[in-house]
Amino acid sequence: MLVFLLRRLAQSVFVLIAMMVVVFFGVYMIGNPVDILISPDATPAEIEETMARFGFDQPVYIQFLKFVGNALQGDLGRSFVHGEPAVQLILSYMPATLELALLGLIFSIAIGVPLGVYAGYKADRWQGRAIMTGSIFGFSLPNFWVGMLLILIFAVELRWLPSTGRGETVEVLGLRLSIFSSNGLQYMILPALTLALYKASLVTRLARAGTQEALMQDYVKFARAKGISETRILFVHVLKNIMIPIITVLGLELGSMIAFAVVTETVFAWPGMGKLLIDSITTLDRPVIVAYLMLTVLIFIIINFAVDVIYTLLDPRVRVKGEAA
Amino acid sequence: MSSPVFRGLVVAALATAIPALPLAAQELRIGLASEPSSADPHFHNLGPNNQLRRAIFESLVGTDAAQQLTPLLAESWAPISDTSWQFNLRKDVSFSDGSPFDAYDVVYTVCRIPGVPDSPSLFTTYTGGITGLEVPDPHTLIVHSAEPYPLMPTEFSTFGIISARANGVDGSALTFSAEGCGDMAVPATQAFNDGSAAIGTGPFLLDSFRRGEGISLVRNPGYWGEAAHWERVTMLPLTSEGPRVAALIAGDVDFVENPPLQDLERLNADPGLRVVQGISNRVIYIHLDHKQAPSPMITGTDGANPLQDIRVREALTIAVNRDAIVERIMGGVAVSAGELLPPGMFGAHVEGDLPPRGFDADRARALLAEAGYPNGFGITIGTPNDRYINDAQVAQAVAQMWARIGVETQIDASTASTFFSRRNAFEFSAYLAGWGAGTGEMSSPLRALLATRNSDLGLGGTNRGQYSNPAMDAVLLEALRTVDDTARENLLRQASRMAMDDYAIIPLHYEVTPWAMRASIDYEPRADQYTLPYMIHPAN
Repeated sequence: MLVFLLRRLAQSVFVLIAMMVVVFFGVYMIGNPVDILISPDATPAEIEETMARFGFDQPVYIQFLKFVGNALQGDLGRSFVHGEPAVQLILSYMPATLELALLGLIFSIAIGVPLGVYAGYKADRWQGRAIMTGSIFGFSLPNFWVGMLLILIFAVELRWLPSTGRGETVEVLGLRLSIFSSNGLQYMILPALTLALYKASLVTRLARAGTQEALMQDYVKFARAKGISETRILFVHVLKNIMIPIITVLGLELGSMIAFAVVTETVFAWPGMGKLLIDSITTLDRPVIVAYLMLTVLIFIIINFAVDVIYTLLDPRVRVKGEAA
Repeated sequence: MSSPVFRGLVVAALATAIPALPLAAQELRIGLASEPSSADPHFHNLGPNNQLRRAIFESLVGTDAAQQLTPLLAESWAPISDTSWQFNLRKDVSFSDGSPFDAYDVVYTVCRIPGVPDSPSLFTTYTGGITGLEVPDPHTLIVHSAEPYPLMPTEFSTFGIISARANGVDGSALTFSAEGCGDMAVPATQAFNDGSAAIGTGPFLLDSFRRGEGISLVRNPGYWGEAAHWERVTMLPLTSEGPRVAALIAGDVDFVENPPLQDLERLNADPGLRVVQGISNRVIYIHLDHKQAPSPMITGTDGANPLQDIRVREALTIAVNRDAIVERIMGGVAVSAGELLPPGMFGAHVEGDLPPRGFDADRARALLAEAGYPNGFGITIGTPNDRYINDAQVAQAVAQMWARIGVETQIDASTASTFFSRRNAFEFSAYLAGWGAGTGEMSSPLRALLATRNSDLGLGGTNRGQYSNPAMDAVLLEALRTVDDTARENLLRQASRMAMDDYAIIPLHYEVTPWAMRASIDYEPRADQYTLPYMIHPAN
């Protein structure tokens, strides 16, 4: 287990460094941030002076070495646009994204698992087929369109829910969160649903496949012979056995939900990290882009690791194998 | 964010919109098209920041909807010698912390401006010309410059005044020098964002500034001028245009900036909503490469640069049917341009005096043949595709019009961040861009776009076509030294006409800025495109 962990760590560090290099030079090649940020009224002398202040007058390899030097001391630079440390800036946007991803995850499980299990149970009947056909929409409709449609139905037409933005927040452990305030929660429902739709379809399909397979197993036949109710068989015995692939996939998807909820956050003007990323890309705010993507890699590494741990808790066989090795 | 599907949806939604709900008492919610990067008035010289600044921190000189100067913290001003201006300040003004406003606060502000750490765009652009500040009495300020500086009052309209006392500085002990004012305590940018240093004289106080989430303002109870109508103003950054319009229709906001052109008709048809629009100070133009030969994106000329021939420039200018672009591409929400600043603004010609060049394809072909290009040549127009209203489509239309006179034209459209870097590296032979005259008068576009590039004089900063006309430069420099308004305006008109007669640049149209709101409120459109919450008022 320790060897495995160490190897994982070494790989992760390599990925982190590779990401840093690729993103740094990639963003450098797009253009010069000063061209975008400075007022058009600025005189040529001021433009030069600003370039010098940010260090853009140096050759790129010097800029990169400086960046690496600072990064090794834990300083990923200051945002060109906001003048704040990039990491601090990202972290200030993070709670909004995390709570949205969490609610999205809850929605996708709450919608996907029951539908999938039911579809697996009724695999050959019209109910099962209808659910599977429906899930195709979940996969194929673009996030942007779904978001707009939800706004038009629930905010513009029915006026049940607010259209965009973040509602009231309450302070929990020093973080401002919407999820604990009823007003804030209203603002979260539509974006969380938009985020959840694709995941829910994925979960539906996984749960259906798992259920179909599990229903043919001996333990299900035995349980039926014992006279246990179908509901209990499905939602206790079968469910336990199909959760492993679902958790694996959701774990990976949670990463993308946190890091790349860009479209949803933009449509709903949700002040999360994805929106920060998009804004930073349009203004070539290199420290924020680099820090953001490095953070993303970190999130994926942590989630993968957590998924491995959860496996061992859910499936005794993995635990036994791990101990044997 | 403007897919056809989405547009369709918005239109469908608009068609069935429920009449707007009545306004909550004295609370105004605004959907912003772009977000300020900071609440610090001196951190970033950028439209959204300057717009927010005006609600909280006032400047000595104000500007009205047509960008004419009006008294604000200064009651009056006048030149007292060739190189100095006197500003007489209001005596009844206090900052929101209760400290009185006086001329030392202005000195303190000018001292702070060059030293804002990490600023991406300093306000030194406007304070750089100041060589000395004198305070004969606390409500009189004398500003010295090295040379005659007619734009001094205009430049004093661009930055907000912060309080010396509130930051623990005795302003009267400061001595201003262009090299720096010595050690003095200055608030950090962060202190403005968290509200602790956001102490101004404006009609509103900053209640909270939350990035991505919104800005909340409350009415300043001690404001010296006419109190704003709104007790509380919330500004939400709704940067994608579709959701912004949807939020207005859904009643989540009362007022939005820049509703997309394709929705205007529908918004207008809704009795619960109101759309106002007005001409802006921004001209959309095509700049031509006057210098490089061979020019990077011209083909079929054996290395010559045909754009150096005035006949070719004239041909390209009159080959463009501006009215068609305004009608078809801009949906009528733009005005054809004959120079770089719309009529009615300082230094622009009176309406009809320098009209947009007429469309004449036959004459354009004849001119090309005369210049030795009977079969035309090939050229590529560079354009951003996400910076100005319908920018890439406008460039596409120009390309087709040029193709009709035999100039085979391609479009090279890219996102703004890439486009501006490439343009600044002189990669284009012709490019489409826009210029908003920040100062609201003709010297702004002439100095930036057409004056011969000269770093020492601060000229030609955005002249990426490298146009150079010494005769026009001389008139422009003369204007920049002329303090008398009438004489200066005449000189600016003369310089503009010289450039237009030389077909130095191809002006296309002036952008028109729309705003949409509840029918129960109203707003006077502004040439500077700002949304100023204290100018939004209930409809009569």
